[in-house]
Amino acid sequence: MKAAAVSQTHSNRHTQSMRYLYVLTVFFMALTGFGQMPIYKRYYLSDIPGFGWLANFWTTRYVHYAGAALLLAIVTYMLVQHIILIRAQRKITLSGYLRGILLLGIVLTGVLFVIKNFAVFVFSPEFIIALNLSHLGFVMIFLLVNLYCLIFKKQWTKVR
Amino acid sequence: MGQDISRRTFLKGGMAAAAGVAAGSIPGAAAAARPEEKTQLATLLDISKCIGCGACVDACRETNAHKYPNPQKPFPKMFPDRARVSDWSDKQDVTDRLTPYNWLYIQHASIDINGEETELTIPRRCMHCVNPPCVKLCPWGAAKQLKNGISRIDPEICLGGSKCNAVCPWDIPQRQTGVGLYLDILPNFAGNGVMFKCDRCYDQIEAGQLPACIEACPEDVQAIGPRDKILQKARQLAKEINGYIYGEIENGGTHTIYVSPVPFEKLDAAIEKGKGKPHLAAVSDRMADANNLAAAMVIAPLAGIAAAARKIYNYTKKSN
Repeated sequence: MKAAAVSQTHSNRHTQSMRYLYVLTVFFMALTGFGQMPIYKRYYLSDIPGFGWLANFWTTRYVHYAGAALLLAIVTYMLVQHIILIRAQRKITLSGYLRGILLLGIVLTGVLFVIKNFAVFVFSPEFIIALNLSHLGFVMIFLLVNLYCLIFKKQWTKVR
Repeated sequence: MGQDISRRTFLKGGMAAAAGVAAGSIPGAAAAARPEEKTQLATLLDISKCIGCGACVDACRETNAHKYPNPQKPFPKMFPDRARVSDWSDKQDVTDRLTPYNWLYIQHASIDINGEETELTIPRRCMHCVNPPCVKLCPWGAAKQLKNGISRIDPEICLGGSKCNAVCPWDIPQRQTGVGLYLDILPNFAGNGVMFKCDRCYDQIEAGQLPACIEACPEDVQAIGPRDKILQKARQLAKEINGYIYGEIENGGTHTIYVSPVPFEKLDAAIEKGKGKPHLAAVSDRMADANNLAAAMVIAPLAGIAAAARKIYNYTKKSN
């Protein structure tokens, strides 16, 4: 009984630290993602001490790619863990589904961006514009929904 | 071999015949076969042939004049003040650098060749990279890469943020304030005009014609054709004159290939460089760094599954 409680505490800590890592990754993804537009220098944000790197498009792109790899690992981890360990006790909420769908949209359009940026792929200009707008659109809605969930304390899952 | 393709042959529409001979024709001839639309076209510039007459610059300006900006004045006041006006409309006659009204110019280099001071002239314009950062990193998709390898900026969509200039290894796209889509959105707070650069006369090529700079050159400095053929010719020419190639590997490869009788390090040291005046230095593949992280993205979900599997295993083991 005692061992099981210790194990549960360890598991909760593990999940909690994974959540912090997820939030941190999403923050840096959003920060560097918006940095793909030439706005940080114009609006003095890169003048803030420690944020000078945000004005360098190559650096923000590299961090965005690294963050994307980390986000993919975290999302897969959370998903597999939910399906096998958690699903029996907790179910995904409506806001959880909404966030999941938006995240999927971000990931899929992001993957297409990565493919597009290789030399051998020449997507049509119309498709690239649609990709730009949909990636940005998914991100904006995702951030707004997360803000709503934060304010109104909406969870990804709830007890069945 | 040794059989040139004339401009007349090209214009007459003897494309198929031209294509066959182009591969064997000497570099510098206006050997432009009209290949399939998907064929990536490159140009070869034989620096040793250029006499710096400026005919290519004049032809470029005349042919592309209808694409030049016609800004509305006064310009909208931009906030914050850091966003500066970039106005070339009163300096349209500037031809010693790249501007929104001058997409091609002649660089000069005084070089010591075999103890003799020699003046070399180099036509400079967009390199039309194989994997162009200006196109791939444009946040709006205003910069486009055509299937034939041409990079061009759509003036109807461009907001003039100048990111393409910031990521271009050669400082090619140049901004004109007071034109374009930004005027219809938030002219005071976002955007700053339109970026302009050489589009290698994409419309002329679509019509089966040569780019103006190639057509006008009296010395046949340039040749155009499929990139692999152009590279073959460049290597052959470099071998014949014991010369050097630029553009084959620079920034991962470009569709503009220069062949020079002197090393490009020497040329780079001798030319005037700066804003709107591109260098001739070595350039690593700028897109490659982040692209190499794509492998990490493929592995990442597997790492996530492995981490979850470990947790599930530990949980199951402790439960039992």
